[in-house]
Amino acid sequence: MSKSSEVRIPANEITVKRRADVSIAVVGTPNSGKSTLFNRLTGLKQRIGNYPGVTVERHIGTLKTNDAVIELVDLPGTHSLTPHSLEERISVDVILGRVEGTAAPDGVLAVLDASNLYQGLFLVQQLLDLDLPVVVAMTMGDAAIRSGIDVDVAALQDALGGVPVVEVVATTGSGLDELRVAIAAMRGAAASRELVVWPELRRAAGEFQQATDNELSLRVCERLILEGISEHTQNYARLTESQTANLVSQRDKLFGMEPPIAVEARIRYAWVRDTLKKVQRSAPRLQSWRTRLTAFLNQPLPGTIGLFLVMAVVFQAVFAWATPVMDLIDSGTAVLSGSVAAALGEGAFSSLVADGIVAGVGSVIIFLPQILILFLFIILLEDSGYLARAAYLMDRAMHSVGLSGQSIIPMISSFACAVPGIMATRVIPNRRDRIATILAAPFMTCSARLPVYALLIAAFVPAKQVGFMNLQGLVLFGLYLFGIVMGVLTALLIRKTALRGPKPPFALMLPEFRRPNLQTVFIQLLGRAKVFLYRAGTVIFTVAVIVWALAYFPRSDSIGAEAEQQREAASYSVSGPELEAEYARIENLAAAAQLEQSWLGRAGKAVEPLFKPLGWDWRVSAAVIAGFPAREVVIAVLGTVYAVGDEADEQTLSGRLKASRWPDGSSVFTLPMVIGLLIFYACCLQCAATLAVIRRETNTWRWPVFAWVYMTTIGYLGAMLAFQVGSA
Amino acid sequence: METDAYTLATLRRGEKAVIEAIDTRDPQVQRLMVLGLVEGAEVEHASAAIGGDPMEFRLFGCGISLRQEHARMFTVAPVGAGV
Repeated sequence: MSKSSEVRIPANEITVKRRADVSIAVVGTPNSGKSTLFNRLTGLKQRIGNYPGVTVERHIGTLKTNDAVIELVDLPGTHSLTPHSLEERISVDVILGRVEGTAAPDGVLAVLDASNLYQGLFLVQQLLDLDLPVVVAMTMGDAAIRSGIDVDVAALQDALGGVPVVEVVATTGSGLDELRVAIAAMRGAAASRELVVWPELRRAAGEFQQATDNELSLRVCERLILEGISEHTQNYARLTESQTANLVSQRDKLFGMEPPIAVEARIRYAWVRDTLKKVQRSAPRLQSWRTRLTAFLNQPLPGTIGLFLVMAVVFQAVFAWATPVMDLIDSGTAVLSGSVAAALGEGAFSSLVADGIVAGVGSVIIFLPQILILFLFIILLEDSGYLARAAYLMDRAMHSVGLSGQSIIPMISSFACAVPGIMATRVIPNRRDRIATILAAPFMTCSARLPVYALLIAAFVPAKQVGFMNLQGLVLFGLYLFGIVMGVLTALLIRKTALRGPKPPFALMLPEFRRPNLQTVFIQLLGRAKVFLYRAGTVIFTVAVIVWALAYFPRSDSIGAEAEQQREAASYSVSGPELEAEYARIENLAAAAQLEQSWLGRAGKAVEPLFKPLGWDWRVSAAVIAGFPAREVVIAVLGTVYAVGDEADEQTLSGRLKASRWPDGSSVFTLPMVIGLLIFYACCLQCAATLAVIRRETNTWRWPVFAWVYMTTIGYLGAMLAFQVGSA
Repeated sequence: METDAYTLATLRRGEKAVIEAIDTRDPQVQRLMVLGLVEGAEVEHASAAIGGDPMEFRLFGCGISLRQEHARMFTVAPVGAGV
């Protein structure tokens, strides 16, 4: 991220007021069941925040025992204290007390996956080298038994130098009480430093410590020897020239020409292999549906077909389940807005509440069904271990467009809605990859583009058969394809220019399938929904109110007075239902006239010359401007601007669109103009929610501004090209 | 073929081997070492995606996937039948 986020205050200068007596970091490898255990220990007593300067979420829960309040910090999964991704870096920085505003933990709860002791023990070794008390919680014992591994807990505790090892089963809760006691006992306990796996490192660290006149702790010395002087370590130890020279010579002695990471991996894994011989007994491997399923999906073709089936189901569910709820929210908002307007009467305040605030809130929560359903699936896929396999299967295809397999889920999710798609890019460890995916995602045809496409296609594309397909369907398909091509080209372009860099790393752990824990899924889903409502919701709401104000002000009294006169005149000439219809007609005409002279209408007229090359009149321009916060708004604005009361009545609206004329009598909505408009909609980033989420996920305004300018420019040029070539 | 021509990338599906030497220059290879692909570790080629890339290996019961270009950096000695 930005350089400014690297400025860190040394741990000993941080004073943080803590409500808890002890702060314990929960550390483990990814997929070790860490979050499930954390949720079991803390329940819903959790707070989700952000680490300063980065987009990694901070999960803090509390655990109350008889005599203490213990704060548990759930850190992102990491394989090693030498971080690889942004999330791993956060974990390491928190453990080492390098994060501003976060005190160094008083102890570490190491979560060890019994079915993957090999990698787990690598991390545990590194944790034991810190000057902190450590408790090991061993999870997944059942999964280990299934895959033919029986772990001798007493022998493991022995091999780890007597550190408490507690076996827990998250599903039944067995071992949790014992674990709570062990965690509570860490308060004020001495550091666990019994185990010396790498005596040479310890000796080098001791010598270096003497060179610093014992100013630095042994733990800091070890980290400095392992990591060297980098932007991450220099802030937490300022060294003199001779101290630096000593550090360099210690590193030379220890590592020679080899990369320190490689040397460390060799030594630690050699110890792990020896230890595994002592603590693991092999048991008969059980044939379960998991092993059979894994074996079946391990074949290239069934695996890939399976992936497409899974995605088809997810996609179908999003449309089938979310659309009815969204329609419900939509009509509910309309009803509420109508009754609020009726209750408050005429006037600016009434309109602000009804059309500004209620509609604004509605435009925020209308995203929730899709986001929740999509995230439910993403979380289920992630927790079951399938997400990693999907990334693995699609890696080659994504690699050819400069991305990696991990981009596939965000991209596919964006067909429903780019907002959860962009939020799902967090699984991508490489920053360049992640931003390229974020920039490509909004090109995917989202569900908000669909009503606009549907309206324009139904009105202007003839419904004739082309081969076995309908021309209308073909155009819609073409628009989907166009979005994909544009997204892929964008990713390619951006990875070749602004985000040029080494090929994205690809080393993916492929866990065995497991049943997701419902509590964990629920808590994660709740967290996602909160984040969306707080962070994106505020932006969407603000923009909705601003657009309302633009369309409402200034009010013309003469239009209102004229409408009043017309109403009066009508009341003499007609009566009954006819009068109602006449009133409605007058009201619509007045609304259209008010809109025409509002700031929005004026803006539409002002920019008409700009959009003239695209074949748009001021009405279309005003509707497009109003649609920038949320693209589906364009239909409502077109409805008002063409004085058609009910926007749901598309038949009438499309009729009106067809009938609209330039002053010289020629048709506004010609086929080239409509194709141009479709291209504009396919490209343009008309979605405040997406912009807000890009801002949130990249932690800078640079990328949302770039995405907006870039996509709008392409949309404009594409629409102009289509209109000019088509009309020539 | 010389024995040093055997790398992780040349393993067939279901074949097991022990890692003998690693070209550690690439930072991505170093990352793979952190994940446990070190000298002396026994691995099995478990699966491959369409086109044979990336490949999946089993390492002490866990699955790990890597691209062919990185798999070539690991020289191996096959274990069991087929040597």
